[in-house]
Amino acid sequence: MTSFVQRYITGWLSGLGSFGLLFKEALVSMLTFKVAWRDLTYQIYFIGVKSQTVVLVTGAFTGMVLAAQAYYQFHQIKMDTATLALVGVSMCSELGPVLTSLMVAGRVGAAIAAEIGTMRVTEQVDALRTLATHPVDYLVVPRLLAAVLVMPILTAEAITVGIAGGYSVAVFLLDVDPVYSWHNMLRYTTIPDFSIGQIKSLIFGGIIAIIGCYKGMTCRDGAEGVGHATTEAVVYSSIAILIVNFFLTLLLQRLFHIV
Amino acid sequence: MIEVRDLKKSFGPQPILDGVSFQIEEGESLVIIGRSGGGKSVLLKHIIGLLQPDAGAVVIDGEDITHMDERNLIRVRSKFGMVFQGAALFDSLNVAENVAFAFRREKKFTEKEIAKKVSEVLEMVELPGVEKKKPSELSGGMRKRVGLARAIIYHPQIVLYDEPTTGLDPIVSDSIDKLIIRVTECMKVTAIVVTHDMRSARRVGNRIVMLHNKKVYAAGTPEEIFASPDPVVQQFINGEADP
Repeated sequence: MTSFVQRYITGWLSGLGSFGLLFKEALVSMLTFKVAWRDLTYQIYFIGVKSQTVVLVTGAFTGMVLAAQAYYQFHQIKMDTATLALVGVSMCSELGPVLTSLMVAGRVGAAIAAEIGTMRVTEQVDALRTLATHPVDYLVVPRLLAAVLVMPILTAEAITVGIAGGYSVAVFLLDVDPVYSWHNMLRYTTIPDFSIGQIKSLIFGGIIAIIGCYKGMTCRDGAEGVGHATTEAVVYSSIAILIVNFFLTLLLQRLFHIV
Repeated sequence: MIEVRDLKKSFGPQPILDGVSFQIEEGESLVIIGRSGGGKSVLLKHIIGLLQPDAGAVVIDGEDITHMDERNLIRVRSKFGMVFQGAALFDSLNVAENVAFAFRREKKFTEKEIAKKVSEVLEMVELPGVEKKKPSELSGGMRKRVGLARAIIYHPQIVLYDEPTTGLDPIVSDSIDKLIIRVTECMKVTAIVVTHDMRSARRVGNRIVMLHNKKVYAAGTPEEIFASPDPVVQQFINGEADP
């Protein structure tokens, strides 16, 4: 039992160490401009353009459901016109970045881990190294940079369609007064709310890419290894997003003097 | 010159290499033979720095690469070309992009110059006109040839071949052997070939090293090895299973 616990802790610490080293190597590579621009462009297309449908659908329905839920609660205390304000604040600072990131983690994190994992088990990563190319420069940095650049844009899109969806439900379906609702939303949804969401999404993008790359680079041999790496990339990045979100909320709210 | 000094490597509790030592002179064509799972490919990966040993050293042109970090190894690896057992072609790239990979990363040449070099090297491996094909559209022998083209396009000093004829029919194997000999002679490179195909070993090598029981068991010219009276060497050459 003791040796099992010891092995588990050693394995966990060793994994954390190699994750840290990968992250450090990626930062060094970015700071020394060893970026493959062609690959970066492709990754921006893959992560950004190909995630449009999933992000827009998630954003729109989240905003719509939020508007409906908020309306039925506010209606009881005659505060119908606060509906859009709640949708705006929630979408900008919490639901927009978190739900967008979770959806992207499922689509992009899994794809990154599967692609790099397959390359590793078929010796393509070794082939890269024999061709005097650092795997971090070629595989990790373009994905990490692309995710960090694209996530704030995807989040902004999700927020926009979420608010549009919430507005439609509130105004056209639930007969909330459009002028007061809109006015209240603009009054209570501030620039700091939007900024918090953007900062969060940028960090979540980094988390998705680096965990996907790490799981791919350390994947065990065989189809089973690639399968495990893919699943773990999605699970770990989703959990990391939720945990980091809590601490970021505390930190950023204080930083922007909202509390 | 390449020097392997008292190399030891284990994977978990399983020792793979236990004190392997030998030298390879410039321009030499060395064949490493031994049974499957005997550590031949592991040894090859140590020579190019893809694996780090538990003990011992690998010295390339007087430089110990054993504990070099990945960024420094990039400089040393530019002396090498490697042909992998399964070719390890990048499946997201076409043949031309695979072959020109090192050039594109270096950005020393124009697109026109790169295309010309790719076409020349594909001609050399007898695969003209396949530039636009994807690796998945190629046969096993063609993939190995493209892997070889990718390894030699930037004129390395040393080319490593990991089981270049495994899984190929005798005729394609023979053509790969001829290709290895031609590349070694034309480009004046040092070749290290890992194989358990004895016909291939005899043809391409001017020296053979046999790994057995995790150590160098026998070494010599192909004639010496094939004439060896040692029962272990003879058993391997004749492909006889243990009674």
